[in-house]
Amino acid sequence: MSCEKMASRIFGYVDGRLKESERLEAEKHLAACAPCRVRVEEFRAVSGLLNELPVIEPSPEFDTRVRALVAAEPVKQNWWEWMRIPPRIAFAASALLLAALWLGLYQRQQVSPLPWNGNPVVADQEMMQDLSVLEDHDVISNFEPLKELPPPVQNDEPPDEPQNM
Amino acid sequence: MARTDVQLMLDVKAGDEASFALLLHRYRTPLVNFLYRMVRNREQAEDLAQEVFLRVYRAREDYVPSAKFTTWLFRIATNLALNSVRDNRYRKLEVSIDAPVTMDAEDGDERTLDVPEKRPNIEQHLVEESRKKMIRHAIDKLPEKQRAAVLLHKYQELDYAEIAKILSCSESALKSLLFRAYESLRVELAPLVAQQVRSQG
Repeated sequence: MSCEKMASRIFGYVDGRLKESERLEAEKHLAACAPCRVRVEEFRAVSGLLNELPVIEPSPEFDTRVRALVAAEPVKQNWWEWMRIPPRIAFAASALLLAALWLGLYQRQQVSPLPWNGNPVVADQEMMQDLSVLEDHDVISNFEPLKELPPPVQNDEPPDEPQNM
Repeated sequence: MARTDVQLMLDVKAGDEASFALLLHRYRTPLVNFLYRMVRNREQAEDLAQEVFLRVYRAREDYVPSAKFTTWLFRIATNLALNSVRDNRYRKLEVSIDAPVTMDAEDGDERTLDVPEKRPNIEQHLVEESRKKMIRHAIDKLPEKQRAAVLLHKYQELDYAEIAKILSCSESALKSLLFRAYESLRVELAPLVAQQVRSQG
């Protein structure tokens, strides 16, 4: 094993995380390489010193603060939730729909049966008798004030001819 | 049997608030400690840890267990910490123009948690305090990415693959980061290291 390879495995060796075969290989190298042996000892010492730092505990209010932050988060609604209609509105809408349907059917029943019973000739005759436009035609053709109007102006002037110079 | 982090997170996704409380309980101390060692300010560390939990909660709807939960959690924490360290450095630069810092206020954070009454020997206590201070300062002097690598490797005991994902680098780049960090610590803590080697030998 080279010193570079030992350097890449030094933490695994110091922490005891190497595989058995790798550990044996490293130990073989360390037995023959004094600088790597010193480095391993010193890195192990550094690792031990780092263990001396105390663990601090979060303040008692920490959890409360996190919970308050989380509680203040707006509730996310998904698409289906958004589509869900509140029961009161759903009831009102159904009642309105039922009322509209009932009114529609009731109105249709109230219409008197047709006099012509589906016969188109009878229907035409009925229509002609009742046609109010014909009455209007009568009124307009015998309309007195229209007779008092002056006759339409006759335009006798010849159209403009280009004049010969 | 205790539910795994991923199971808890999937339950949170399904709307179970109690599972979020369990995750909070499981990771509050490791997160606060990691962030404290990164930013060197207890209050700021707690604020950042709260932000990490809030981000986890916000992301619950889109959570897909594609990686280990700790990778995701510490990735959020590391990104927040690195940004915060950079902001602090900028702020300190501004402050130092008007009011030079005469004492290390952050050293008081850990002292309040110690219990000196329980120590029989005040001299021993002072020696230990001095050692801790040296170690803390040696860690603080590391460039932030090396510091994050050491903290994740040493205190969170995450494996190389996980730390490499958290720091967005290759495993070989991570090993190199760690190696350089330990070399710096070895030099910075030389007297303590020599003492330690002697006691190990």
